[in-house]
Amino acid sequence: MDLILEGIKKAFWLLVSFDPEVLGITLLSVKVSGTATLISLFIGISVGATVALTRFPGRRLAVSLINTGMALPPVVVGLFVTIFLWRNGPLGVLGILYTPLAMIIAQAVIATPIVTGITLAAVQQLPGKLRLQILALGATRLQMVWILVKEARLSLLAAVMAGFGGVISEVGASIMVGGNIKGYSRVLTTATVMETGRGNFDVAIALSIILLLLAYLINLVLTQVQQRERPR
Amino acid sequence: MTSSTPVFEARDLQVVKGGSLILKIASLAVSEGEILVLIGPNGAGKSTLLQALSALLKPTRGHIFFRGQKIGTDIPLLEYRRRLAMILQEPLLFDTTVFNNVASGLKIRGMRRNEIEPIVERALKRFGIAHLKDRSARTLSGGEARRASLARAFATDPEILLLDEPFSALDPIMRETLIEDLEHVLRETGITTIFVTHDRMEALRLATRLGVMHAGEILQTGSPEEVMNHPVNEFVASLVAVENILKGKVIRRNGRTFFASVSGQEIEGIGDVGLGEEVSLCIRPENVTLSPFESGNPTSAINTFPGTVGKITPIGYYRKAQLNCGFPLVAYVTNSSFNDLALNKGTKVLASFDTTAIHVIRESTPTDS
Amino acid sequence: MRNMKKYSYAGFMFFSIFVLLVNLGPTAEAQEKTLILATTTSTQDTGLLDVLIPIFEKKTGFFVKTIAVGSGQAMTMGRKGEADVLLVHSPAAEKQFMDDGFGVTRRLVMHNDFVLAGPDEDPAKIKGLKSAAEALKKIASAQALFMSRGDNSGTHAKEKDVWKVSGVKYEGEKWYQQTGLGMGQTLNVAAEKKGYTLTDRGTYLSLAKTLKLGILVEGDAVLLNIYHVMEVNQAKWPKVNIAAAKAFADFMVSKETQEIIKTFGVDKYGSPLFFPDAGKKVEDLGK
Repeated sequence: MDLILEGIKKAFWLLVSFDPEVLGITLLSVKVSGTATLISLFIGISVGATVALTRFPGRRLAVSLINTGMALPPVVVGLFVTIFLWRNGPLGVLGILYTPLAMIIAQAVIATPIVTGITLAAVQQLPGKLRLQILALGATRLQMVWILVKEARLSLLAAVMAGFGGVISEVGASIMVGGNIKGYSRVLTTATVMETGRGNFDVAIALSIILLLLAYLINLVLTQVQQRERPR
Repeated sequence: MTSSTPVFEARDLQVVKGGSLILKIASLAVSEGEILVLIGPNGAGKSTLLQALSALLKPTRGHIFFRGQKIGTDIPLLEYRRRLAMILQEPLLFDTTVFNNVASGLKIRGMRRNEIEPIVERALKRFGIAHLKDRSARTLSGGEARRASLARAFATDPEILLLDEPFSALDPIMRETLIEDLEHVLRETGITTIFVTHDRMEALRLATRLGVMHAGEILQTGSPEEVMNHPVNEFVASLVAVENILKGKVIRRNGRTFFASVSGQEIEGIGDVGLGEEVSLCIRPENVTLSPFESGNPTSAINTFPGTVGKITPIGYYRKAQLNCGFPLVAYVTNSSFNDLALNKGTKVLASFDTTAIHVIRESTPTDS
Repeated sequence: MRNMKKYSYAGFMFFSIFVLLVNLGPTAEAQEKTLILATTTSTQDTGLLDVLIPIFEKKTGFFVKTIAVGSGQAMTMGRKGEADVLLVHSPAAEKQFMDDGFGVTRRLVMHNDFVLAGPDEDPAKIKGLKSAAEALKKIASAQALFMSRGDNSGTHAKEKDVWKVSGVKYEGEKWYQQTGLGMGQTLNVAAEKKGYTLTDRGTYLSLAKTLKLGILVEGDAVLLNIYHVMEVNQAKWPKVNIAAAKAFADFMVSKETQEIIKTFGVDKYGSPLFFPDAGKKVEDLGK
């Protein structure tokens, strides 16, 4: 109990003092996970909407793969991304292992199936006749997809929350492909693991509280948007 | 493109779905300004026809011509779709404001906001929902939503309007006012329209031409009077609410006048029928007159039968009375004569109808309408 | 207008992703100036590298990516050419590494020692024993809980060495458990479960304030924990940044660095965590 109080005190102090290291770690977390989420939205919405709206052989398989992908373990992603990015690996020429970019890639790989799966479900849930109505209004196929995605936007906000929540709290892949390098690729989760290992529980708790606050704030904003959109 | 070219023509249209032929239209043409109402039960292929006509569904066979141009060949599908408007059974509004909904067709066509605004305002006004323009479409009542859906369709100034049972989910009063408003707008704009419904009253209100669909085929088209008074077969008759279809056998004839035996009673009619032929006699319920049993036979009608009142059902301005005259007979009685006659279950009345009110369908040979 | 909006939106997304990637991605120059140091968790967890790395970076201009893993994994990274320089403490494996031609030079940097830590109750009664192997024997016969790193780290290797000397069977026994975690976390687990464990003194000292574990056996020559620095052989892996690796190895054995190591931790724990050994022979340590 003392430890938790200590941690809360420490967190408060780190926050109000704008500790440059903690600030840097927090900003990097947001930057990395935010970018990864953006990328996953881009890919996930396109793929999810396409799969939802088209019939092709092997579609069932694709859907089950996407759904499995939603539960993709971060460490597995971390492992494979590491192997690919090794200097002497297939993508070694890029020289991006142990960089924030590698973390973005790994996190995007984690978040993309989540966003894809939620998009797929959301677009499928729209009334089937809506597509006919949109086409009858003179829409091109692309316009139709765009309108349908807009119709599903409230569910897509959930996708953003799930995707971002998944990657900002993820540690396995980040530590493997980022290396937890001080001032460079250290994010809130990897720092928390390290500080725990060092026995600096107060700092670890402080970092966890910052992580929680961050996740809470971002979800708060998104929930606000979502609720405002709901009919009164 | 001459003035006689139909706006819209389907030739040899067939749609096969799941291995069965669900639509088979040999030929269907709609002229400028016509309001063609297709009536038919659920599953008659009405929606499929509309989807095929609006190029939302690729027919298995056949072609559609728009002002003489073959769609998909002479005129691109997208351009064609942008010249028509379609309204489905559900309003299917987008999750945004009423204004944006009504503007959506115009936005899709790439119009600028300042061009869109006056058009949308006009469309909203036309359907009496100008005051709702900033409301979220999700908060509208069923009737308001249909109005918004209609306004959205009209905003694009379509050359053809296709409506697929747009009011079927509404309560009768709401439906009545909406039909009235739609009728008004249709007459005002003179827009070429195809309206499908399974509701007879709706059909008769709007139609300049009436068509009857069954099992993927159009059985009959013609003016509403023609179809109602001269249905080509029993199915058409039952659908256009000739509720009395009496089966009988011709036992005597004298020129065009014949007598047919129906459940042991003799009914006099006029028509070209052969002796001994099985016929169906169609009598519209509004053409059956009731008079007090005690009055004897005060009317000039030849066909007068004593009967007992069975079930009475109110239907708007009328009451529907089911009689037993040895054969079942349905009559529509206005509310006032209903009161005058003091009709009740079990009341004895005289039912009569004119020979000219009988439409004869010969069983053996099909009639042309 | 809708189209305009859509394109500008897509454009904005692309642009923002592009900007972020450019910001976060490496440049060609950065790669030449980057050094990957694979090391053990103990050097990171004690905070020694946090002190040394900034000095090195400032002095040489190289950017150090410290990947703190077990000694075993660090050497695997070296064998695969995924690290430029190694700072590790697993002498037998290091020799193998050099013999297989993956290293260029292997230089002694420093040592501290391992200690056997355990609960104050000391169920196996090992407190004060001079021989670590003897202590393990008593733990085995008492069937007292022993927590092993089990992660092929230097500490794990050392632990296996001592078990070998003791000659008792430990693998697969119920009282012998592996955490698979780093040193700090393994100490935490041992403290929670009231088990014995082998730990380097540095990590133990840095955690001592939060642990309910005492040092029970220390000072045995077999418990020496010796750190070497090795540059990875560029001849095997052309991508190895040998210049940076050599600079780092030289830096670790430099007089200035050795001075820092000598005093590191004194202010915080009252005694140094590591003893600088540059230039000495392994045989002379602990004497």
